[in-house]
Amino acid sequence: MRDAFVRVLLESMAANDRIVLITGDLGFGVLRPVWERFPKQILNAGIAEQSMVSMAAGLAATGRTVLVYSIGNFPTLRPLEQIRNDCAYHGADVKIVCVGGGFVYGSLGMSHHATEDQSILRALPGVTCFTPGDPAEAEWAVREALRTPGTCYLRLGRANEPKVHASALPDVRGPLSLTLQTGGDLAILSSGGILTQAVEAARLLAEKGIRAEVVSFPSLKPLDEAKVKELLDRFRRIVTVEENTVVGGFGSAVCEIAAEAGTGCRVRRIGLEDTYSTVVGSQQYLRQVYGIDGPSIAGKAEAFLHE
Amino acid sequence: MENYEALVHRTFGGQRPDVRDPKVLAWLIRRNGLEMTHLSRGSHIGSVFSVAEIIAVLYARILKVDPRNPKMPDRDRLILSKGHAGSAVYAALAETGFFPVERLKTHYADGSTLSGHVSHKGVPGVEVSTGSLGHGLGIGVGMALGARMDGASWRTYVVMGDGECDEGAVWEAALQAAQYGLDRLIAVVDYNHMQSLTTVEETLRLEPFEAKWRDFGWNVRSVNGHDPEALEQAFVQAKEAAGSGKPNMILAHTVKGKGVSFMENNILWHYRTPQGGEYEAALKELEAERP
Repeated sequence: MRDAFVRVLLESMAANDRIVLITGDLGFGVLRPVWERFPKQILNAGIAEQSMVSMAAGLAATGRTVLVYSIGNFPTLRPLEQIRNDCAYHGADVKIVCVGGGFVYGSLGMSHHATEDQSILRALPGVTCFTPGDPAEAEWAVREALRTPGTCYLRLGRANEPKVHASALPDVRGPLSLTLQTGGDLAILSSGGILTQAVEAARLLAEKGIRAEVVSFPSLKPLDEAKVKELLDRFRRIVTVEENTVVGGFGSAVCEIAAEAGTGCRVRRIGLEDTYSTVVGSQQYLRQVYGIDGPSIAGKAEAFLHE
Repeated sequence: MENYEALVHRTFGGQRPDVRDPKVLAWLIRRNGLEMTHLSRGSHIGSVFSVAEIIAVLYARILKVDPRNPKMPDRDRLILSKGHAGSAVYAALAETGFFPVERLKTHYADGSTLSGHVSHKGVPGVEVSTGSLGHGLGIGVGMALGARMDGASWRTYVVMGDGECDEGAVWEAALQAAQYGLDRLIAVVDYNHMQSLTTVEETLRLEPFEAKWRDFGWNVRSVNGHDPEALEQAFVQAKEAAGSGKPNMILAHTVKGKGVSFMENNILWHYRTPQGGEYEAALKELEAERP
């Protein structure tokens, strides 16, 4: 996803010299091509995220699209009030870019685990949120964020994730949802980099004769509500998955629609159970520990189906 | 209620006050500040009185702004980072023609856009909404950077509080402004030595304050923040420092509650609203001092 981000960024900067990126002293190798090709369109704000986001709002007020780049919780929770007051309230054309959503920086510890940002950023009025699930979705999301006026949040994974979509996505306007496979027994709705695990869960369920429909939602806010409603009408069981707390995130967004629609379809949220991580390890190890890897999702979905 | 504008202008005996005179504009800021906080039972009158000359000098003498064209592309930008003194800016904007003076009476009222902390929504002439302290300097850094990238000549002014300098984000922005050499950024601290609960010295000491800014790589000037001529001179010198490669700080030494004897240096008037006899007494003192 990171590489897709840089590729689209370079392309966009070449076409538009009013796109500026501010990094919070991160992205040593990743941003090197930007420094080399567009030195006038990139700045290092230092390790000063609060002021970096205020600065982005001020720069945007001079008619620029400003991307703010950092990792984990640093560009989101640290300067949260600056995102709220200085960017979103002013409709500032600022794109907050987080690399390392979820457990990407698994071995670095709790400080580097971004596991509430989906919930918290989603709650801010005036912030369009993108949580792509693979490099193709990331490429679409970066393009969409750059052409969406106002403040956006872009939650990316890492580099070299497996591709879920075989080819580039159609260049359509959001909110976007993508059906990866159809099935009649239940639907698995996924948002963000956990998509690979949702697909794996569907595969494991298929081995047991359970046919799951898998739908990815790279637009977290606004959500493709029409698609969610359609799924609520067609299924009696929906499972949501996210690499984020179950409180207030993607699953909550689906539940909000479900509760108001009142279709009788039940929803089970799968994510971190209102907890912080206390152990470290690879991203996949932590997904397993916290019950959000493919086998865990499959097990929870199957149990839910039989409730 | 009698016409609001007539009430606050009554000591001018039907003459239109000359708002290009910073002393007159500062008086009008105080007079409106008193009336607005009285009508709304609002707070922060001490801060408004403290910052009155700073705002008056900026609007009367320094800022390149046009009330008939508030979004003029090459206008100077002013950010009131100590947003709680918002009524000082509202008063200056109204008195210099950005919107009717009469509108000031809606300050704090149900449905009003003139919020207690300065807001840009629906208020011509306000660039940025503030209220949470420590945001304005960073926004100013961004604006000054944008102006420099565009090769524009306009300047960015940020008015801050001393208590506000407790915020870490102020010092992040101070480092950034110096690192980027933003010499068209002019910040001023309303240094009245009082904050919310007690004095700055008893809360988080800022001294040696001038040395701090200098060590952070800024040009620093200290002036009497109630002397319009000294303030104007400091602003002109700061403007002339474009090319120095350093951002500019003006430490304006002020008195909280300045202009009404019983409010001066009295922490009570950070929050207290002037009512009854206190309102009458304050009004009497102000009217006696009308320039």
